[in-house]
Amino acid sequence: MLDQNTTTRVEMDWSGPERLQMNMGPQHPSAHGVFRAIVTLEGETVVAVDAVIGYLHRCHEKLSETLTYAQYPSIASKTDYVAAMTSEFAYVMAAEEIGKFEVPKRAQYLRVIVAELQRIASHLLWLGTWCMDMGGALGGGATIFLYCIRERELILDLFEALVGARLLYGFFQVGGTRYDIPDGWAQKCRETIAVIESRVDEYEQMLEDNAFFLARARGVGVVSRELAQDVGIAGPLLRGSGIDYDLRRNAPYSSYQDFDFTVPTEKDGDCYARYKVRMQEFRQAVAIIRQALDKLPAGPISSRPALKSVAQIRIPKGEAYARVEGPRGEVGSYIISDGSAKPYRMKWRGASFSNLAILPHIIPGHKVADVVAIMGSVDPVFGEVDR
Amino acid sequence: MNAEQARASLASTFGVEVAAGVPMVVTVAPDRWEELARYAKETVGCRFFNFLTAVDWKEQGLEVVARVDNLDDNVGLMLKTRLAPGVTNCASLTPVYRGADWMERECFDMFGIRFDNHPDLRRILLEDTWEGHPLLKSYAVDTPHPPYR
Amino acid sequence: MLIALPPWVPMVISGFVVLNVVIGLVTYITLLERKFAARMQSRIGPYRVGPHGLLQPIADALKLMMKEDIVPTAADRRIYNLAPIVFLIPCMLIFATIPFAPGLGVADLNIGILFFLAVSSMEIVGLFMAGWGSNNKYALLSAMRAVNQIISYDLPFIFSALVPVLLTGSLKLGDIAAVQQGSLFNWFIFYPVIGQLAFITFVVATLAAENRVPFDILEAESELVAGFRVEYSGMKFALIQLGEYAHMIGSSFLGALLFLGAWSGPGPEALGPVWFLLKMIFMFLVVTWIRWSFVRIRVDQILALSWKALLPATLALLVSTAVVVVWRTGGF
Repeated sequence: MLDQNTTTRVEMDWSGPERLQMNMGPQHPSAHGVFRAIVTLEGETVVAVDAVIGYLHRCHEKLSETLTYAQYPSIASKTDYVAAMTSEFAYVMAAEEIGKFEVPKRAQYLRVIVAELQRIASHLLWLGTWCMDMGGALGGGATIFLYCIRERELILDLFEALVGARLLYGFFQVGGTRYDIPDGWAQKCRETIAVIESRVDEYEQMLEDNAFFLARARGVGVVSRELAQDVGIAGPLLRGSGIDYDLRRNAPYSSYQDFDFTVPTEKDGDCYARYKVRMQEFRQAVAIIRQALDKLPAGPISSRPALKSVAQIRIPKGEAYARVEGPRGEVGSYIISDGSAKPYRMKWRGASFSNLAILPHIIPGHKVADVVAIMGSVDPVFGEVDR
Repeated sequence: MNAEQARASLASTFGVEVAAGVPMVVTVAPDRWEELARYAKETVGCRFFNFLTAVDWKEQGLEVVARVDNLDDNVGLMLKTRLAPGVTNCASLTPVYRGADWMERECFDMFGIRFDNHPDLRRILLEDTWEGHPLLKSYAVDTPHPPYR
Repeated sequence: MLIALPPWVPMVISGFVVLNVVIGLVTYITLLERKFAARMQSRIGPYRVGPHGLLQPIADALKLMMKEDIVPTAADRRIYNLAPIVFLIPCMLIFATIPFAPGLGVADLNIGILFFLAVSSMEIVGLFMAGWGSNNKYALLSAMRAVNQIISYDLPFIFSALVPVLLTGSLKLGDIAAVQQGSLFNWFIFYPVIGQLAFITFVVATLAAENRVPFDILEAESELVAGFRVEYSGMKFALIQLGEYAHMIGSSFLGALLFLGAWSGPGPEALGPVWFLLKMIFMFLVVTWIRWSFVRIRVDQILALSWKALLPATLALLVSTAVVVVWRTGGF
């Protein structure tokens, strides 16, 4: 554990090098889940951070060795439960890569639509909770949180019509998707994203004209290009530090190459840059959904027969690492198969686990209030961190 | 350097057969593990550290797998090293990649692999008093665990 | 025949009446804030308890009274128990000098506004006692921040409150209100340039003195989780809340009196207190509106704003008010 000698009782002499160790979490309104940060303070400045994780550890990797390829995708959504669709996506893609299963075009487009809708929903939750962290649950932050949740409900209604569940879906299966879109869903989807697009413009205006917000977000939590790559963070954190890398464009999967979209990148690497990247991603996701809905081909939604037994899907021996661009970064699934109905080894590359590893490197030097702002802009989901 | 050059130079420097494909898989002996990582970072240009994990091959020993990427040239490298049966020590990649810190702690936690030169090797996901390493094949799924205090 | 009452009897009675009215006001102003905030966030607010939530504050008060009083083992008992009371007393005492109508007040002191400003900054003693006595790092951290913040913002608060004093020429609150009677444009907020600037700085300083967002670094729910109040439960918590809201209302009354003409308004003289109440609610809603729209700023940014921006600005404002007053009365 930590050096026990550094735990001091509250010494109130701020002129000396007395350090205070304060515990933030695991029960904390802005810990984004269960997260414990033992911060060492000198006055109001954080000198060191020890991030203690593992409160939500369910050992998905051991669990996946006991579940078949047909059973696991519904469980996979419990890793990144805020963006459940992209979590399932990675696992299913890895299984398909080993087994060399073809995914029909319609299923690919459906997967894209659902993944982008999930990205919008996840970013809405991020915006609401980040502003709430900075503004207080009884303050301006709560206002924008409630507005974002209202929009997210619209998307969750769409998912409910499609899958039947609001948060944890079982939409993906090896070979395609499990459900097809019902009648009228495409029209409802278009209306929803039009509403969301206009409201996102409103929120952006509301926040960017606000001097307090800029004072809290600018220059805070700067991640340099070199540190970003060395630690392995991905997604908006990487693009906010100036590295132009997006899996949907650099390593396209599931027909992303058919769509026309830009990848937003910012140079500064601070919280404000990451905020701008995510706000742009809203608009790009809306553009992709529109194109996918327009070009949605007819056809089967799965290349495998409908599931009748749990051990139905068998994959030959081999290994593959499949990755998707989730809202938080690169979500990957490394499966080693030994020819049976269950994987031999499955490793989840959780985006938030790698993203969270950057905290001990960038927080020292900031004030206590910045800890929550930085954590919010890193946007961890602890299902993914702890698996 | 691009994928073809990387493949050729890795094959020649480390004397191993590197199969073509995405990603390229390079397997070396444990004593050249850190050297391989450094070569991948500095010469091949794979500065992005993706992940590091381990696989338990039962009687054949443990295997440490790492993936690094060159984002500019789109080169992905899967680095592997097979530890001898019964060996649980491996060189640490933290001097080369800072991201290996938490990943190696997780490997220690789940497989019991001790990484030499790791600055702070302690359990990361499980509590410190946990006995056993869950992801080893010898650890039964229904092993009764000590209750949390 | 009227018995000759000792002179202190009317004072005690009026004090008693004012205290009760204030407590009643405080409970219902919390409901007003919740409804107002809810409408801003496209929801309804308390609705079920009583018609349109009108019995909600009573339910909350009953709940707090019946809650278990938990005292942390390591807390400094005497200081911990005394802190809510020491916090509450100055917050209630400020109502002594406010005249609710010409001649209707507990004690319209000659140094009314000085008394108000001095006593209202005494609450910080209670606040610090609460933070210290709780023996909790979070509470302590927030109490330190509170001391920092309130000290920094007291000066701009005083200076912007002094602008109407200069324009009137008297520290007595009754006089300041009396000068603004007559027409709408006698109100100090309509005084060209100086009135508006002073009002704005007064609102900003009030926000800071009452620990409202954007200056609520001291409670900062998302970091310090209720700050100095974190270890209080039940009735002690209710007392602290009472003190906070009473201070808010007192400052709103002061703002309405200094800038918005106190009891001036159309209609008969008897409606004066009603207008005063409405103006107080307006000031309160301005503060609430700001509270629910902004994120908070960091403590070092708050202090920078005070010492580098607000203090020089209010000082300059005060000096220029003095110059204007002398010029207007032909002193040059």
